[in-house]
Amino acid sequence: MKRRTLLHSLAALPIATMAGKLWAAPASKTRLLFVFMRGGYDATNLLVPISSQFYYKARPNIAVPKPGDDPNAALPINADWGLHPALRETIYPLFTIGQVAFVPFAGTEDISRSHFETQDSIELGQALDGTRDYRSGFLNRLATTLNTDRASAISFTDQLPLIMQGGAQLPNMALRSIGKPGVDARQAKLIASMYGDTALARQVRDGFVVREDVMKEMIGEMDAANRNAITAKGFELEARRIAKLMKDKYNIGFVDVGGWDTHVGQGGASGYLAGRFEELGRGLAAYAKEMGPDWKDTVVVVVSEFGRTFRENGNRGTDHGHGSVYWVLGGGVAGGRVRGEQIRLEQNTLFQNRDYPVLNEYRAMFGGLFARMYGLDAGQVERIFGAKGQDLGLI
Amino acid sequence: MRIRYLAACAALLILGGCATPLQAPATSAVKPDQLAGALNRVSWGVNQSTWRQAEKLGYDTWLDRQLHPSPAALPQAAQAQIDAMTITQKPLPQLIQELDQQRKDIEKITVDDDKKSAQQAYQQELNRVAKEAAARSLLRNLYSPNQLQEQMTWFWMNHFSVHQGKSNLRVLVGDYEDKAVRPHALGKFRDLLAATLRHPAMIRYLDNEQNAANRINENYARELMELHTLGVDGGYSQRDVQELARILTGVGVNLGSAEPKVKKELQAQYVRQGLFEFNPNRHDYGDKEFLGRTVKGRGLAEVDEAIERLSRHPATARFISRKLAVYFVADEPSPALVERMAATFASSDGDIAAVLRTMFTSDEFAQSLGRKFKDPVHYVVSAVRLTYDDKVILNTGPMLSWLNRMAEPLYGRQTPDGYPLTESGWASPGQMTTRFEIAKAIGSGNAGLFKTDGPQPTERPAFPQLANALYYQTLQKTLGQPTRQVLEQATSPQEWNTFLLSSPELMHR
Repeated sequence: MKRRTLLHSLAALPIATMAGKLWAAPASKTRLLFVFMRGGYDATNLLVPISSQFYYKARPNIAVPKPGDDPNAALPINADWGLHPALRETIYPLFTIGQVAFVPFAGTEDISRSHFETQDSIELGQALDGTRDYRSGFLNRLATTLNTDRASAISFTDQLPLIMQGGAQLPNMALRSIGKPGVDARQAKLIASMYGDTALARQVRDGFVVREDVMKEMIGEMDAANRNAITAKGFELEARRIAKLMKDKYNIGFVDVGGWDTHVGQGGASGYLAGRFEELGRGLAAYAKEMGPDWKDTVVVVVSEFGRTFRENGNRGTDHGHGSVYWVLGGGVAGGRVRGEQIRLEQNTLFQNRDYPVLNEYRAMFGGLFARMYGLDAGQVERIFGAKGQDLGLI
Repeated sequence: MRIRYLAACAALLILGGCATPLQAPATSAVKPDQLAGALNRVSWGVNQSTWRQAEKLGYDTWLDRQLHPSPAALPQAAQAQIDAMTITQKPLPQLIQELDQQRKDIEKITVDDDKKSAQQAYQQELNRVAKEAAARSLLRNLYSPNQLQEQMTWFWMNHFSVHQGKSNLRVLVGDYEDKAVRPHALGKFRDLLAATLRHPAMIRYLDNEQNAANRINENYARELMELHTLGVDGGYSQRDVQELARILTGVGVNLGSAEPKVKKELQAQYVRQGLFEFNPNRHDYGDKEFLGRTVKGRGLAEVDEAIERLSRHPATARFISRKLAVYFVADEPSPALVERMAATFASSDGDIAAVLRTMFTSDEFAQSLGRKFKDPVHYVVSAVRLTYDDKVILNTGPMLSWLNRMAEPLYGRQTPDGYPLTESGWASPGQMTTRFEIAKAIGSGNAGLFKTDGPQPTERPAFPQLANALYYQTLQKTLGQPTRQVLEQATSPQEWNTFLLSSPELMHR
């Protein structure tokens, strides 16, 4: 039975019997989790350009050493690149078995170097010139293109982010901190009944069902550790929760992680930024593990609005830059390598003598990736991104 | 007699629909539930005191006073909270200079850890100041007798939206609302537009500080036409955007005490008003072709000329009128209503109160009562107004966090287009579930609204008073059968409150 039909046939049932049954697994097993690192992370210290003497000259205090015996050294990837050592236990093992690819020089052509401008322009996924639709994000357009039979999308955030806004009415629920709902099951049923056959009846019922889904998946966790404060391990716990829901309820998800704006004292192989990498890495590895056999059908994309300046500043930090490094993870990813257009990093190849150029424009890149993941044709990709896709061989 | 337009439909609200044609009541006395329906739309949400006041004055007089308000006194308990705020006690130039000094001092710190904690302290202060502005705004929405002025202030803040997350806008938003927007919220559109243009919050948010001769930044010029005046289909070209950007060169801000060095022959052209600055050195003095006419290059007067043209343009009259009708009448307002409003706009030289009067006295308005979905700010403010009436809350914190949870925080729209004003923006499943949680928090009386902030918080018990005269004489009649049935099943007064605040009738205004 198609999911839409299922929704209709169950719509008349009282809420208690629907709970947990309404959202049957969508027909498409392909799962996409979109992770947004808000704040413009220092991609240069994530994927370390170890063959560039200029890198070591430009970052006298915060560079990550070349691969070697030193535990602080970058982890070997190829002759040109190394990985930040904070990812030794988490992302690096996945990389070595071919489940992680990195795409340097990735990003948007927006050169405002403003967090807000650039985040928005990426989430909108529209051409920078010409009229923009401020309420149409590209994950919403993807979900619309795939239809409800193949896509069940949700944002794991307090607010419905721009990337998920648009024609399709998508739900959002933050999993960072969840508590027992104030409105109990009996009250929920009564409230839903007040909406009878009004125009809002579907949203009200769906809202309670999503909440029910979340509570059902989290019940073990809440029973076991209901007093655990979510602090340093915040993202790992959140990622596990997301995986639980992505396994059989939803197949397109969005979550964001903040704290990447490092103008001051960002550190090198250790320090503030290393801590952020470690936390993110732990979360993503936990997600992979929690997905179990379904990891093979999963693609996780990690992006940020921009990279940072190539040279460290006077505060041992970095300022807003341009090109970034995007991550693509998953059981079926053609990983273990660095993908996309690349250049040697020297002073004269920097963009505006400051930061990474964008050689792999994100709309083309995701257009190509989605085409492969979902079998979209060129017209569908153009309707989502207003541009042609480019296949970087990521899966 | 305007009152006759508030006929039968007001009582029926969303569930019943409006089957019968409008009928003028036999006398000018309007039924209590009809009055409540109109007050619910013109104010931030009907409550007992507003209802009593309007009954005493008569709706016509009450509406007149809303359209042309005199300075209004807030209840002492609310005013005292505002008086204690930093943004009340310090003039903006002083506040911003102190904070700027704090930022500069941080740069001199050489120890990483010290620097980091100093920076955190600076950021926390910026957050605190912005939170004051939001709290003040909510207190006025809740308790000001000039309800329409406060509602229009939110409307224009959204129309001329700025995002507090950019740069140090957190220090500027309170002043922007209080000095640029609120005084003109019911006045002439041209004055409002000019006031936003001369406020550092807008200039900074849309990057006009960066806009200089031969280094054009089009950001503000584009939004000024697309979002603030003509509308995206208002008949301007890319060339007009570029020419307006040239006109706007030199318009910037100066937060410090020093003045820039200006070429001798241009010194007379330099303008400094508060934090606003026009720097002739950065202005493009060439002639411009803007909206089909030449603008003689001559300095800041060009900007006034452009503002004049934009605010008198027929496209602006239609664009603004339609947006007002979307906010106050329907997601898809009738073109006929919008045309009548635009005609008033044109004939009154953009008098906002006059345009609103045309709208409030229309059949379309009367028929729409009870059918407009509340956005989160309306939901939260109207629920607290209805529940606690003139009993002044001690802490707006819970309200601010509810608005965060529902993704409509004050000064928090990231894009310059403002929050959506239509149901589709706010009726998602997650949003509805959150509303019911909020309904329960308010209805049960332990939401923290009467708990003071600070090291030694005190809490005053305050029980929700929803089942009151207003309810029995007006609201009750508007409830549909399903809602009545559920209310009967409530097992406690708290639960009864929760159900009422969760009902579809209370989601609409």
